[in-house]
Amino acid sequence: MIGLQHYLVVSAILFVMGVLGIFINRKNVIIILMAIELILLSVNINLVAFSAFLGDLVGQVFSMFVLTVAAGEAAIGLAILVIYFRGRGTIAVDDINQMKG
Amino acid sequence: MIHVVAFYLFATIVVCSGALTILSRNPVHSVLWLILAFFNAAGLMILLGAEFIAMLLVIVYVGAVAVLFLFVVMMLDIDFAELRAGFVSYLPFGLLVALVLLAEIVLGIGLWSVGPIELAQRAGPVNPELSNIQAIGALLYTRYIFLFEAAGIVLLVAMIGAIVLTHRARGGVRPQNIARQNQRRPQDAVRNVNQPVGQGVEL
Repeated sequence: MIGLQHYLVVSAILFVMGVLGIFINRKNVIIILMAIELILLSVNINLVAFSAFLGDLVGQVFSMFVLTVAAGEAAIGLAILVIYFRGRGTIAVDDINQMKG
Repeated sequence: MIHVVAFYLFATIVVCSGALTILSRNPVHSVLWLILAFFNAAGLMILLGAEFIAMLLVIVYVGAVAVLFLFVVMMLDIDFAELRAGFVSYLPFGLLVALVLLAEIVLGIGLWSVGPIELAQRAGPVNPELSNIQAIGALLYTRYIFLFEAAGIVLLVAMIGAIVLTHRARGGVRPQNIARQNQRRPQDAVRNVNQPVGQGVEL
């Protein structure tokens, strides 16, 4: 029988996959954004799994809000990426130093 | 039985396609693997009984976000081979961090004993008479109405931000001027000429 822990393990593996993606693709912003989407997906699986096993719908409602923020974040991130590429001709993360941060 | 098989099928595919998303050489392939991961995560959510979230995942993530990624990847002319430099040198450290993190999370999940969890008061108890979408709607439009509208504002700000950021007024183009087109009358634009034979037309 599939219990709550099975879903939690799947979501943990997916979360770690997203973190690993940020670590190994340190230059490519597009892959980093996709890794962030994977992390948010794992969070959603977690919320929905707890919601289903606790019999409480609030988890699904909050999963919707996570989805909203993820969509907005992807849109803004890609917009910044496009204007950065227009100005510099590259998207390597190492070269992003205009703000001297 | 079929539930168990479906769970392991969806879980395996979601994990494998997640791995291929971050490992594949071509970012277009990455986006396609990401789409597969979203589809299978939607399958997992259907197994959990959250049909609305599953449909939202397919529509919003696959239909909007992933296609946005696909457009951006194909629009930008990037040398992706150069961006992969250092992939191998970052791999051992990344794998170490990932394995430690995974071990910690799985250890935590394993040690935490799932007994009958008694919440003092559930915020939104599941009503078996209502379908999932009806129940979510009843909760979302009453108790969480302000959060729902705040989510709408977040989306509005994201949309305006994306448009403002990427919009550029280009010089040297000749856009259509609809007011001038509508003001133009036949007597201003057309001339009747009785042209003599053997002479050129005077423009």
